[in-house]
Amino acid sequence: MIAELSHAALALAFALAVAQAVFSLWGAWQNDARLMAVPPLTAFGVLVFTAASFAGLTYLYVTSDFSVANVYSNSHSAKPLLYKFTGVWGNHDGSMLLWALVLAAFSALIGAFAGNLPPRLRANVLGVQGLIAAIFILFILSTSNPFLRLEIAPAQGQGLNPVLQDIGLALHPPLLYLGYVGCSVAFSFAVAALLEGRIDAAWARWVRPWTLATWLFLTLGIAMGSYWAYYELGWGGYWFWDPVENASLMPWIAATALLHSALVMEKRDALKIWTVLLALLTFSLSLLGTFLVRSGVLTSVHTFASDPTRGVFILAILIFFVGGSLALFALRVSELKVGGIFAPVSREAALLLNNLFLSAICATVFVGTLYPLMLESVTGEKISVGAPFFNATVGPLALVLVALMPAGPLLAWKRADAAGVAQKLALAAAASLAIAIGVFATNGAPLYPMIALTIGIFAVAGALTEYATRIALFRAPFAESFSRARGLPRSSLGTFFAHLGVGLSLIGIAAEGGWSVEKIASVKPGESIRIADFDLRFHEWAERQGENYRDIAAIIELRRDGILIGKLAPAKRIFVMRGQQTSEAGIRTFGLSQLYLSIGDPVADRSVALRAYWKPLVLLIWLGGVVMALGAAISLSDRRLRIGVPKSAAKKKLAAVPAE
Amino acid sequence: MKKLALALSLIVALMLPVAAVQPDEVLADAALEARARALSLQLRCMVCQNQSIDDSDAPLARDLRILVRERLKAGDSDTQIREFLVARYGQFVLLEPEKNRRTALLWLAPLIVLLAGGLVLLRFFSRRRAAPIPLTAAEKKRLKELT
Repeated sequence: MIAELSHAALALAFALAVAQAVFSLWGAWQNDARLMAVPPLTAFGVLVFTAASFAGLTYLYVTSDFSVANVYSNSHSAKPLLYKFTGVWGNHDGSMLLWALVLAAFSALIGAFAGNLPPRLRANVLGVQGLIAAIFILFILSTSNPFLRLEIAPAQGQGLNPVLQDIGLALHPPLLYLGYVGCSVAFSFAVAALLEGRIDAAWARWVRPWTLATWLFLTLGIAMGSYWAYYELGWGGYWFWDPVENASLMPWIAATALLHSALVMEKRDALKIWTVLLALLTFSLSLLGTFLVRSGVLTSVHTFASDPTRGVFILAILIFFVGGSLALFALRVSELKVGGIFAPVSREAALLLNNLFLSAICATVFVGTLYPLMLESVTGEKISVGAPFFNATVGPLALVLVALMPAGPLLAWKRADAAGVAQKLALAAAASLAIAIGVFATNGAPLYPMIALTIGIFAVAGALTEYATRIALFRAPFAESFSRARGLPRSSLGTFFAHLGVGLSLIGIAAEGGWSVEKIASVKPGESIRIADFDLRFHEWAERQGENYRDIAAIIELRRDGILIGKLAPAKRIFVMRGQQTSEAGIRTFGLSQLYLSIGDPVADRSVALRAYWKPLVLLIWLGGVVMALGAAISLSDRRLRIGVPKSAAKKKLAAVPAE
Repeated sequence: MKKLALALSLIVALMLPVAAVQPDEVLADAALEARARALSLQLRCMVCQNQSIDDSDAPLARDLRILVRERLKAGDSDTQIREFLVARYGQFVLLEPEKNRRTALLWLAPLIVLLAGGLVLLRFFSRRRAAPIPLTAAEKKRLKELT
């Protein structure tokens, strides 16, 4: 009953989404105020019915209704309750339903909060959103329906892939989807602007908060996925340049570029064409990510060809939106007026340079991810493009970008004084060089991590310099600096934190890459090995029973200077029901550094294959991501201030447009 | 204890994946081992999704790791080992693709984008500099008053 009702709710959501697309786009075309009043209501309706459908699927999972094929294949009655909830999106069909739910939520939010948008812009935006929702819900209904029943209900389900039974991976997809789908908002705004053939600074002011929110979720989603891989996969790697990871990285890079170019557009009314193009590309890349992950094309071109229904459908969606929007762009681009003039040395030019490098990085990831697929389908030749390629290409580009980053916020708009900025940054540069030389003298260092570390420290010092400059630290009395700090706009505080986060992440990456210590040894009970300052003594094997798994753990005593400071229990976790196992690392944090233990196979003589890592400053990698996201959140909290501004700007603009 | 022994044997019996580099694979010669690790990071585990043989749990990866170390002990250079593996498994085994005609577009992609973008930027600025907006008469007058 619930399955059928949920199915019906989804079908209703589809119908409403179609209505939303038709009413709004037609209404905007005809400039019919009555029609244009409909979309906020339908957007809310789509949300209600999609949410009902999603709640229905959740209910089926929680009650373990194995008569539903999707629940049977991905759940088990003995699964912990938490994973009955998160298991809803731990499979293809459910995750597409989550995708649609997030999209509906974004559309409803636009409908609710966009009261001050010009009605035609709002109608066009919601029209495009409705179109996206309709097509994706149709995709679910026709190829990925999670509500199909089995002829005979089995007594027990097949269980969820153990790798997914982890809180990190349970929260990773929703965050990433909030980011992926959030890109649709900027896309819809861009298409709406192209449909109207008009775009202005107010447009950028509406788009920026949405892009900021999108970027925030993408940043957190990627950071969380990376940390999950680090502690779950058992050898301490955190980024593998896997095509699936690249699929999430590309929209993030494009959204980063979009944030910066929209800033120029908002403040200076320049770079309009480029900003619109970026908005289109960002969502195109997130659709591409969905295609790559969901079609199976990544495993092999051949698996894609053998079961093409889903893949072909998503490919068609991809071609429709990417091709359609780019064609519209080509048609209308000449109508967008170029505004704002600036000199080659200015904040605008710096942001352009940022966009140039981000584009180059994004293009490299794009080509690197798709090249093997293209080559194989054209020549039949199979090659691999893996981590060494990306490290050799993306690495240097990213380092140059981060090295230039501190200068950006210090440059004035329109025309800036390069020498003055260099002078301001001299202290930061000297400090980072001094610290780097100190590290080199005490620890020695490989070249590449050394360069990365220096640039990372420079980025942090540069961000602090910029903050100090803004509050006139040491140049004015402290009381004044304090009041300046309090009066600093949230958006510049956001910039400070975001840039600080980039520097922190880079320091973490450099430290992990250059100064990690690794020890692999076979250890018998009672024996010890030494890593960094620590003595690790293998005490004994132990077994622990979990709710639906069994851990076989090696109890390791941890000593520093002969004093026992704790025990770690790296384990193999066996999920008997599915005959699968995962590895559970034993991790102990010291400040920002971590001691990381994982174990291999137990051997016949009861010894353990122990892999121990000392990873200095490794936590900075993800902490930097959190700080970046914090920056976005702070900048977003500025939004209330912003929302008042476009209102008047919009009215003025609206009045200036001649009646048609 | 008995149960534990049973569980241990269960792991072995199920042939569950073992972790990456195992203690028994590690070479005594530290310099040679370091070369082995660096090489392993560049070689793909062919039965895995996207892992180097250094990271992978698969039995095939272990075989390749041991093979690489045997060749190193026999005195092969890194290039010789790579060539040997390419002859055996094809280009697919290299995580860093060779630079040749067929991969030119791949390797040059970052440069192409940077150069093309840089050219666009240069044109953008030179065109603007060529045509500065002249001051209006009122602005000129005001300028005169100020100076």
